[in-house]
Amino acid sequence: MKNPSQKNVIERAKTALEKKATYASDIDLSIFNFPEYSEEEQNIEDFPPEIQNIFRATGMEIDEKKRSASFIMVNHSIVYEKINQTFNGQLEIMGISDAIKKYPEILEKYLWKLISPDKDKYTAWAALHECEGYFIRVFKDQKISRPIQSCLLTKDNLAVQNVHNIIVMEEGSSAHIISGCTVHPNVKEGLHLGMTEMYLGEDSNLTFTMIHNWADEFAVRPRTVVDVGKSARFINNYVLTKPAKSIQSYPSILLSGDNSNASSNSIIYGLGDSEIDIGTYIELIGKDSKGEIISRSVAKDNSVVNARGHLHARTNNSFAHLDCRGILMSDDATMYSVPELTATKAPKARLSHEAAIGPIADEEIEYLMSRGLTKDKAISMITNGFLDVKLLELPEQLESYIKKMIEATTEESL
Amino acid sequence: MLKLENISVEVGNKKLLHNINLHIKKGTTHILLGPNGSGKSTLLKTIIGMPKFKITTGSIYFNGIDITDKTLDERARMGIGLMFQNPPAVKGVTLEDLCEAIKNKDHKTPTLSYARALNLTNHIDRNVNDGFSGGEVKRSEVMQIKCQEPKLVLLDEPESGVDLDNIELIGKVIHSIIQSHKAKKEGRSGIIVTHVGYILKYLSATEGHIMTNGRLILHGDPKVLFNDIKKHGFMKKGKRL
Ligand SMILES: Nc1ncnc2c1ncn2[C@@H]1O[C@H](COP(=O)(O)OP(=O)(O)OP(=O)(O)O)[C@@H](O)[C@H]1O
Ligand SMILES: [Mg+2]
Repeated sequence: MKNPSQKNVIERAKTALEKKATYASDIDLSIFNFPEYSEEEQNIEDFPPEIQNIFRATGMEIDEKKRSASFIMVNHSIVYEKINQTFNGQLEIMGISDAIKKYPEILEKYLWKLISPDKDKYTAWAALHECEGYFIRVFKDQKISRPIQSCLLTKDNLAVQNVHNIIVMEEGSSAHIISGCTVHPNVKEGLHLGMTEMYLGEDSNLTFTMIHNWADEFAVRPRTVVDVGKSARFINNYVLTKPAKSIQSYPSILLSGDNSNASSNSIIYGLGDSEIDIGTYIELIGKDSKGEIISRSVAKDNSVVNARGHLHARTNNSFAHLDCRGILMSDDATMYSVPELTATKAPKARLSHEAAIGPIADEEIEYLMSRGLTKDKAISMITNGFLDVKLLELPEQLESYIKKMIEATTEESL
Repeated sequence: MLKLENISVEVGNKKLLHNINLHIKKGTTHILLGPNGSGKSTLLKTIIGMPKFKITTGSIYFNGIDITDKTLDERARMGIGLMFQNPPAVKGVTLEDLCEAIKNKDHKTPTLSYARALNLTNHIDRNVNDGFSGGEVKRSEVMQIKCQEPKLVLLDEPESGVDLDNIELIGKVIHSIIQSHKAKKEGRSGIIVTHVGYILKYLSATEGHIMTNGRLILHGDPKVLFNDIKKHGFMKKGKRL
C-alpha cells in the first residue's frame, strides 16, 4: 500500500530521519531494498512443506483447527487471510491497507496515534514508506476462545519488511493473538520494521504472543505501544530461541484505564553473535493499575543480551513488580540487566524489582548427575526449566510446543 | 560388590577421611554409625564420586572395576545410588521430569505409582525439593532412588526428621529396593547411615561399622554395636571413641 501516513505524521517523521535509537547498534537503512508486491494469494495448505515448517516454528497451525483466524503476509503481500466459520461475525482480520479503504477513520483514530513517528529513524522511515500489516478487531463482548494466528515472512534477501499492525479490542472482548515473524531460508540479511499499535477497550482482555525466528544477519526493530483501558488486561509474551544479528525492542504498555492490568513476559535465548536488547516499559496511569515484567534469558556463545524493564507509576495505589533473571553460559557472552523504577507524583505507588545474573549452581548439576544424568543432560534440564514457559500462561498445546522449541535449541547449542 | 582400599579424602586442604578399608559383599546391608561430623556422609559421597571430595590415597572397586577415576554420573550409571542427607532444591525441574530422566528405558513402572506409594502425588509437579518439608525431601530422595534402581544403595539418614507413619512408607520402599525377593536375587547391597535405627525395623543388616574422626574404628554385628552405642554412646572404656 502507498504510504498511508497523514500530513502531520509525515512532517514529524521527516525531522527524525537521522535520529539514532536510544538502544542497540545503529543500522544503515540504505542497504535494504523494498521488495515488489509480487506474491500471490495462496491457501495455507498449498505452501511447500518447508515453508509450512517455517510457519509452524512461529506457533502457526497449518490445519487451523485450534485457531479462530489466520493471516499470512509474505514481504508486503497478504497471501492468506481467513476466519474460521465458528467465529464469523465475532472478529475481523484484514490487511491494514484494505482496512483503511473500508474504514478511513482508522487514519484518524488509530494509525500513528500511539507510536510517535519521530521517535527515532526507524519509526520515521516506517512512516515515510509504503507498508502493510494486519488490522484485527474483536467486536464488543466477543470472547474468541481459540487463538488468532498470524505470520509475517520476509522472503527476499536484503529486503526490508515495513509492517504496520493495528489491533482493536472492543469493550468486553477477549482474544489471544499469536504473532509470528520469520524469514525464508534464502534470507541471510535483512531488516524487519514492525509498528504495532494496540487499543484495549474497557474490560477487554488480550494475550499477545510473539514467536520470532530470524536469520544470523537479520536486524529487527519493532516499535509497539499498547493502550490498556479501564479494567482491561493485557499479556505480552515474547519468545526468541534462534540467533539474529540485532534485535532491539522496547514496547510501551500504557495502563491508562482505572484497574487496568498488564504482564509482560520474555524468554530469550542469546545465541551466536546475536545482539539482543529487549525490554518493556509499563506506565501506570489509571487508578489501581497493576503491572508485572518477567524476563528469563540465557546468553551463550558471543551473544550480548540486554534485558530492560521500566515501571513508571503516575498514580497512587498502583502496584508493579519486575523480575529479571539471566544465566550467562559462555565466557564470551555478555548480559546487562537494567531494571528501572520511577514514581511521579504518586507517593502511594508500590514498585519493586529483583534482578539476578548467575550461573547454574554446581551443586544442582552434581545432584542430577548423581542420579546418572550426564552433565549435558543435567545442564539442559535446568536451563529448560529456567526458561519457564508456564510464565506465559498459554493454552496447553502452544505451551508444550514452545517448550519443545526451547528444548530443541538447548539440545542444539550444547 | 564394593571395595575401598586405603581411601583417604580431602576437601580443600582439609583431610576428612583417613585410610578407609571397607568391603561390601553382594547381597549384604551394612550400617554405618558414628557421631556428628565423623565423616559418614563424606564416605558415602566419596563412594558415589562427588567431585568436591578428592581421593588422595587408595582405590575404589565396584564389581571388580576400578572406579577411582570414574566420574559421578558414570558411577551412578554403573549402579551406585545415593540418598542424600541434605539434597539441594532444583528450580525449574519438576520431580516427575527428573524421575522420568532417571529411569532407564526398560523401567516400565509409571512414576505416579511410586508417587502414590510415597504419598507424593501432590509433589511431582513441583520443583525438586523446592519448599519441601524435611519428611517430603526424604520421600523425594527415596522416590528418585526407586527410579534409579541402583545395585548398591547408599542411604544417608533415611529416617531422620520423618514421622513414624512416613518411616513406614519409606522403610517399605527401601526394603523393595534392597531386600525384596527380586533385589535379593540380583544381589543388591546397601550402606545405611543411621543414628536412631528405626529403619532397621524394615531392613535386616548384616554388618555394622563405627566411624569417628574420619576413621572406621570398629566392625561387628550391627545389633551388638547399636545396642552398645545406645547404652554408652560413642564411648568405650571411659574413653571417647
Ligand atoms: N565441603 C566441605 N568443606 C569443608 N569441610 C567439610 C565439607 N564437607 C564436610 N566437611 C567436614 O567434614 C566433617 C565430616 O562431615 P560429614 O558430613 O561427613 O559428617 P557426618 O558423619 O555425616 O555427620 P552427621 O552425623 O552430622 O551427618 C565435618 O567436620 C564437616 O564439617
Ligand atoms: Mg551426615
